[in-house]
Amino acid sequence: MIRSELIQIIADENPHLYQKDVERLVNTIFEEIVTALANGQRVELRGFGAFSVKKRDGRIGRNPRTGEPVEVPPKHVPFFKAGKQLRERLNRAG
Amino acid sequence: MDDAKAAKKTLTRADLAQAVFREVGLSKNESAELVESVIEHVCAALERGETVKISSFGTFLVRQKSERIGRNPKTGEEVPITPRRVVSFRPSNTMKERVAAGNRQRE
Repeated sequence: MIRSELIQIIADENPHLYQKDVERLVNTIFEEIVTALANGQRVELRGFGAFSVKKRDGRIGRNPRTGEPVEVPPKHVPFFKAGKQLRERLNRAG
Repeated sequence: MDDAKAAKKTLTRADLAQAVFREVGLSKNESAELVESVIEHVCAALERGETVKISSFGTFLVRQKSERIGRNPKTGEEVPITPRRVVSFRPSNTMKERVAAGNRQRE
């Protein structure tokens, strides 16, 4: 499923809404999550999972072509952990 | 961003619904219901084993893990971990860049 398909499903289920508003709805949700993470916040969606920011320490990497050591600075990366309910849904017997 | 929002550590469904209410102009009730519906459709797709790919956000992938031997950390006893499906999330480059830039700035 891709973004446009998700928008289409929601639009089909809500014929009283303008397509444009459904697009804005879906875009707003994902945009809010990215903005929160960029602000150092967490996003916790019970039943689905939680988005957080993890800090990666700086390290000495190597240019794989030349073998030359390069400094990799510390950075923050987005992280998602699936919630309990979603994990259970994926592993229901039968 | 205002101070009240900056101080808040964790966003929830209610905050997403509030953003939808603000940005799209639907009622608060309907905003909350639609947020729920979007989340539910993503979960349902993953449950069907589908990959969910949201451009400039990231990709949710369902991966099949085979059985392996784990250990009860308390007793040291070996226990089999049953085969299972897990969700992994790969953030898009856009998201990675924005999260890295935003958090670098705040340091």
